[in-house]
This record gives sequence, C-alpha cells and structure tokens, in this order.
Amino acid sequence: MKLYFRYLSMLLKSQMQYKASFLMTALGQFLTSFTTFLSMYFMFSRFKSVNGFTFSEVLICFSIVLMAFSLTECFVRGFDVFPRLIRTGDLDRILVRPRSVVFQVLTSNMEFTRIGRLLQAILMLCWAIPACGVVWTADKILTLILMVTGGISVFSSLFVLYAGISFFTLEGLEFMNIFTDGGREFGKYPVSVYGEGVLKFLTYIIPIALFQYYPFLYLIGRSENILFMFLPLLGIIFFLPCYAFFRYGLRKYQSSGS
Amino acid sequence: MKKYLSFFRIRFLAGLQYRAAAWGGIATQYAWGGMTILMFHAFYQNAENSFPMTFRELSSYIWLQQSLLAMFMTWFYDNDIFDSITSGSISYELCRPCDLYSMWFVKNMAIRLSRVVLRCVPILLVAIFLPDPFGMRLPPDITSALLFPVSMVLGFLVLVSFNMLIYISAFYTISPMGIRILVSSITEFFAGALIPIPFFPEWLQSFMYALPFASVQNTPFLIYVGHLNTAEALQSICLQAVWLIVLLAAGRILIKHALKKVVVQGG
Repeated sequence: MKLYFRYLSMLLKSQMQYKASFLMTALGQFLTSFTTFLSMYFMFSRFKSVNGFTFSEVLICFSIVLMAFSLTECFVRGFDVFPRLIRTGDLDRILVRPRSVVFQVLTSNMEFTRIGRLLQAILMLCWAIPACGVVWTADKILTLILMVTGGISVFSSLFVLYAGISFFTLEGLEFMNIFTDGGREFGKYPVSVYGEGVLKFLTYIIPIALFQYYPFLYLIGRSENILFMFLPLLGIIFFLPCYAFFRYGLRKYQSSGS
Repeated sequence: MKKYLSFFRIRFLAGLQYRAAAWGGIATQYAWGGMTILMFHAFYQNAENSFPMTFRELSSYIWLQQSLLAMFMTWFYDNDIFDSITSGSISYELCRPCDLYSMWFVKNMAIRLSRVVLRCVPILLVAIFLPDPFGMRLPPDITSALLFPVSMVLGFLVLVSFNMLIYISAFYTISPMGIRILVSSITEFFAGALIPIPFFPEWLQSFMYALPFASVQNTPFLIYVGHLNTAEALQSICLQAVWLIVLLAAGRILIKHALKKVVVQGG
C-alpha cells in the first residue's frame, strides 16, 4: 500500500511538470461534460421530463455515473491503455518483476486530468441533492455511496475485460467503447428510458443498471423495495468473470516484442 | 497538383488497411446511433408537440451523423502532424518542393475519407431497413437530394480548414494536447453533434448560426431530411462557402507567419 502511494505521488509529480497542458486538459475534460450537461438542460427546458423523471432527478443519476467513471478512468487507467503495454512490450518487463501484475498495471498509469470531469460531477450533485426533493436520511446517503462504489467496480471490471480481450486481438477493440464510454454517455439518463430490451441487457449481461437504475429508483422514492439499495453490491460480482478472463488471457500471452 | 493527389492516395490507401478496426467502429457507431434515437424517442413520447423536428427527420439525422462520423468528427486530429511540429521533423517537410498547407490539407481529407468509405455503407444499409420511425429515410424531394452532396462537401472542407488552424497553433504552443481537447469539446457542442441545433433554445440558435461550426454537419443533415426549404438551404450553402473562404484565408496567412518564425533546434 505504501508503495502504491509512492507510485501515485510519482505519477502526479510527473504530470504536474507540464502545468499549462495539465490545466488545459483538465479544463477540456470539464468542458466536455459541461456541454453534455448543457444539452441535457436544453432538452429538459423544452420537454420538462422524460419517462416521468424530472431534470434534478436525472442529474443525480448523471453525476453518479460520471463520478464513478472519472474515478475509474483516473485510477484504473492502466487497464484502459493496456493494449499499449502489449504493443510496446512493457508488459514483459512487468511480468519479470516480483510484484503482482494487477498492482503494476494499476501503477503504470494514472490520469489525473480526469479531475475536470469529477469536478463537474460534484457540482451537479451539489445542485441536485437539495433540488430533487429527496429527504436525505441515513439509508439514502448509504444508497448514494453504494451506487458510486458499485459504479466504480463495474467500470473497472469493464476495463479489465477490455485488457483481457487485448491479449487476443489488438484490432477492433473499439467496440468495447459501447460499454465504457457508452455507459458514461448513455448512463446520464436512467437506463429504463431506452426501453425494456436495453434495461434487461444492462441488468443481466453488463450490470450497469444494478448500480445506476434500481438503487436510483429507491433513492428518489419511486420504489420502496429496500433490496434495491444493495443491488450495487451484486454488481461487484461482475468483476469475477472479467478478472478470470484477464488471467486466462495472461496465461495464453505470448510476447509480441523483440 | 499531381503530387497532392498522390499524397491523398497514399494516405487514403493506408487508411483502408484498418479493416478489423473498422468493424469495431461500425458496431460502436451502430449502438451509439440506436441509443441516441431511443433516448430522443423517450422525450418524444411525453411531449410530441414541443419537438422541433419530426421523429422521422431526427432518425435520418442521427443515422447520417453516425455513418458520416469520420467525416465530421470534431475531435479527430492527425497526430503525425503535431509530432512533426513538436519533434522538429517538420524540417524535412519544409525541404520538400511542395506547399505545407496543401499537403496537410489533402492528408487530412484522405484519412477522414478512407474511414468514411469503410464505415458508412454497412451502417446505412442496416439503418435503411429498420422499422419505420427509427430508420433512415431517403430525402423527401429532389432539391434536397441534389443540394445535400454540395452542402456535405462544403461542410467537410469547412471542418478540415478549421482543423488546419489548430495544427498551425502547435507552432506557437509546442504542447498542443490541451488546446486540442478544449477546442474539440467546444466545437462539438456548437456543431450540433451532441443534440441537433434545432433542439437548442431560440436565443442560442441565432448565435450558433453565426459561428462556422453550424456549417459543418448541421447544414447538410438538415438539408437532407428536408428541414430547410429551398431558399433557406441555398442561403446556408452560401454561408458555408463564405466560411470556407474565410478559414482557408486565415490558415494561409497564419501558416505564412508561423513559418517565418519557425526555429528548428538540433543538428
């Protein structure tokens, strides 16, 4: 753990060397999600609500997904750019060192500019928490925390799965964006707005709905089912098959470098 | 002229090599388009009357956007060009007996077009056979069908000539990544790539139409779906042409200025 923080501060320092570039990138990240927010605002000022959800309710959903995603992108970035490790042969260096692979991949890269997105998520949450009319009792706060945790674990699992696939092919990986970037982009609305089929898919196959939709219903009082509150924990199980697949790929791995 | 054609050919053929990547991209764009349309569908159901376009028009707009994504994506830049400026290998380019601006311009066109050629047909094919309000439809009349290709080409050239300004800015900033993401997110918003421009509030629309970015993808797509009448369409095509001339001229002037100052270090 101590070593982890050493790496963390090292990466932070090295990224801070280019301060202007760092700040601009962070600002760009902020703007990207801010323009998304603006277009949602314009949609809601024209249509008032979607599937019975109001703007402030949807914003809670959006900020939770965005927060989980940007934290994942910041700290699990190593798996997100994993194909690069294979292509350059850096993975071979990792394999011969006496530390676990996961630890080293995690510490190989962190992307602190994602703080721009995180900031946007926090601002939206600050605005939406008092505006959405939820009475913030202890269980609701716990639900919120569980949602963010569940989100981080599902997105991390997706990144690990992505890294696992890259053992077998380095091309055509773009389709995984449907679930990672797509999860962030389309997770801004409660996934039920996309219809029954999408909701089922995101419940049973890629469990985004487990942290984004069902606990959200409990949070805004649309459902009394207390079980919904703990569904994000179920989403954590998704990590197991993803990690197993990664290990499987790692066993099959033959270096491509020279 | 001939040398620029061969630059174009080389880049274009190189771009065509990435076929497996293209299938991944097609899957992504297909899912993206579908989800976007479902999202608008949800809004449409509870407030049909406050919709600024018909739902059919919107579906065609989204499918056009997805199939021509590589042509109109605002965040795409050729890293080779940035690298050549920051690493100094630009000096080789400068030794060549050809004009840097034109060379970069055709290279950019070639990369974007090679991607479009690989991706647009499969996406459009599927989109055309989707059930009625969700699918891609042919343009409603012959004038839209005729004006669309003109406007599409103009919009494409406007975007590439805008990209050129960002490449040139790398001469002044050395580390272009920050500017790049900043500019991309702003242009994407103002180009109507997040939501089509008719969905913006009135007061902002008039401002957006005064910027060059509305001339990129919004104008050709709105012409295609028949949202603009003939007079409006012709007017926006003229506006596209004006922007193209302005941006080309700006790029030419800036690159001249930049090259006068350029200092290549090292030996």
